[in-house]
Amino acid sequence: MAYNRKVMEHFSQPRNVGEMQDPDGVGKAGNTMDGDVVVIYIKVKDDVIADIRFQAFGCAAAIASSSIFTELAKGKKISEALQINRQQVSNELEGLPPNKIECSIIAPDAFEKAVRDFLDKQGREFIRNE
Amino acid sequence: MNGIYFDNSATTPVDPRVLEAMLPYFTDRFGNPSSLHQFGRDAYNAIESARETVAKGIGALPREIVFTSGGTESDNLAIQGAAFANWEKGKHIITCAIEHHAVLNTCHFLEGKGFHVTYLPVDGGGLVDPESVKRAITKETILVTVMAANNEIGTIQPIREIGAIAAEAGALFHTDAVQALTKMPLDVVKDNIHLLALSGHKFHGPKGVGALYVRKGLKLRPVVYGGGQERGLRSSTENVTGIVGLGKAVELGMAEMDDSVQRMRKIQKRIINGTLESISGCFLNGHREKRLCNNTHFRFDYIEGEALILSLDMMGIAASTGSACSSRSTETSHVLHAIGIRPEQGRGSLRISLSKMNTMDEAERYLEIIPNVVGRLRSISPINTLKKTELDGD
Repeated sequence: MAYNRKVMEHFSQPRNVGEMQDPDGVGKAGNTMDGDVVVIYIKVKDDVIADIRFQAFGCAAAIASSSIFTELAKGKKISEALQINRQQVSNELEGLPPNKIECSIIAPDAFEKAVRDFLDKQGREFIRNE
Repeated sequence: MNGIYFDNSATTPVDPRVLEAMLPYFTDRFGNPSSLHQFGRDAYNAIESARETVAKGIGALPREIVFTSGGTESDNLAIQGAAFANWEKGKHIITCAIEHHAVLNTCHFLEGKGFHVTYLPVDGGGLVDPESVKRAITKETILVTVMAANNEIGTIQPIREIGAIAAEAGALFHTDAVQALTKMPLDVVKDNIHLLALSGHKFHGPKGVGALYVRKGLKLRPVVYGGGQERGLRSSTENVTGIVGLGKAVELGMAEMDDSVQRMRKIQKRIINGTLESISGCFLNGHREKRLCNNTHFRFDYIEGEALILSLDMMGIAASTGSACSSRSTETSHVLHAIGIRPEQGRGSLRISLSKMNTMDEAERYLEIIPNVVGRLRSISPINTLKKTELDGD
């Protein structure tokens, strides 16, 4: 098993990493027992992801896919950002080893929870835009 | 290759003197040991000389050594061989929870063949209690198999006591000494061992060659059938170059053991103390004293092993998380589980395994690097969230 250069680059220099002060929404996905944990923080302005940060406990694939996810989501409308799936994350990273594909789903999951948290606080309902 | 190699429990570099001894047997001295002509006799003499050296290294007789393809095959031959040769006497086997998969999966296979296996627990340091062997043993017990030293956490088992208990009950005692050989003295007679598995590449010999010690008079059913080499216990044309290399590696390993062990102990002590002192939320796994001279095994809170290994690799240090076999899966190793480490605690494991070729300078370089590597990964990790969920019992 080997990671490609792009994954290693995001792993060694992750973008948008660290806790966010006063986020509009926070979401956590995964567990430490047998998987990885990703926490996503968002700031929202006019339903656009104005800022996004992540923290990850996990393997290089989990860290790199969280990092690339934040880049993909930043500046997008909430509805658009919710469409980013693990396939897109994996594609942006130019591929993940087959046994690491699962690790790329955690960031989208955590993001969806952060959006739910944001909408909850606003008293709005979560509607997935298909 | 540049960089610091701290993964010697996975494999070791071949000692140049071992390579030198092997080389003529690839080309000029290429004979088949079974052939009657001078080429055959030359190869035969070479493997018999290696057999003497290997035997001497563990206090055995030359004819008690069977050459194999490595540790896994030796464990299979010992356990399957003893089980199928003795099934009429009984169908019970005793082993322990932290054995290598070469032993555990062979035992699982035998369970499917009608044998029953007791997997003894170990304590927090990884030790098997000899009293537990005594309690588990019955008239049905044909084999006790407990490793000499563990490959992940380095714990050294009380094999002499366990061997004596097995012998007293009329059962055979097998020990997987793959990690132990050349790191601690082993004597098949004094240690009450009937079967002992060893592997060349763990002590600067080549890969693909190992041996099984089979006590004189003991019957085994072979695993590999064919032309009847190795007294019928392991058919196949002998791996002459490998066997010559194994012999040389045992010779050097034994001659240099005292110096090498002393040297590794010093480096090990520095690495253990230096790591524990400089990093909070870091713990040593395994036994404090009853530990191989070349093993250190830590766990770090709030970081994950693979990320740790890759980060160290980027800094030029090759180490491993758990054993080489389990590093590709996210499951916590069976060894850490058995010593009572919770899955989430076991995630951030680091094994540093030394050889006689490592230096104190390398240890110092590692100690400069490790706090930064752990610090960086912790700066990415959602530590506060993890702390909260731990309290919640989530």
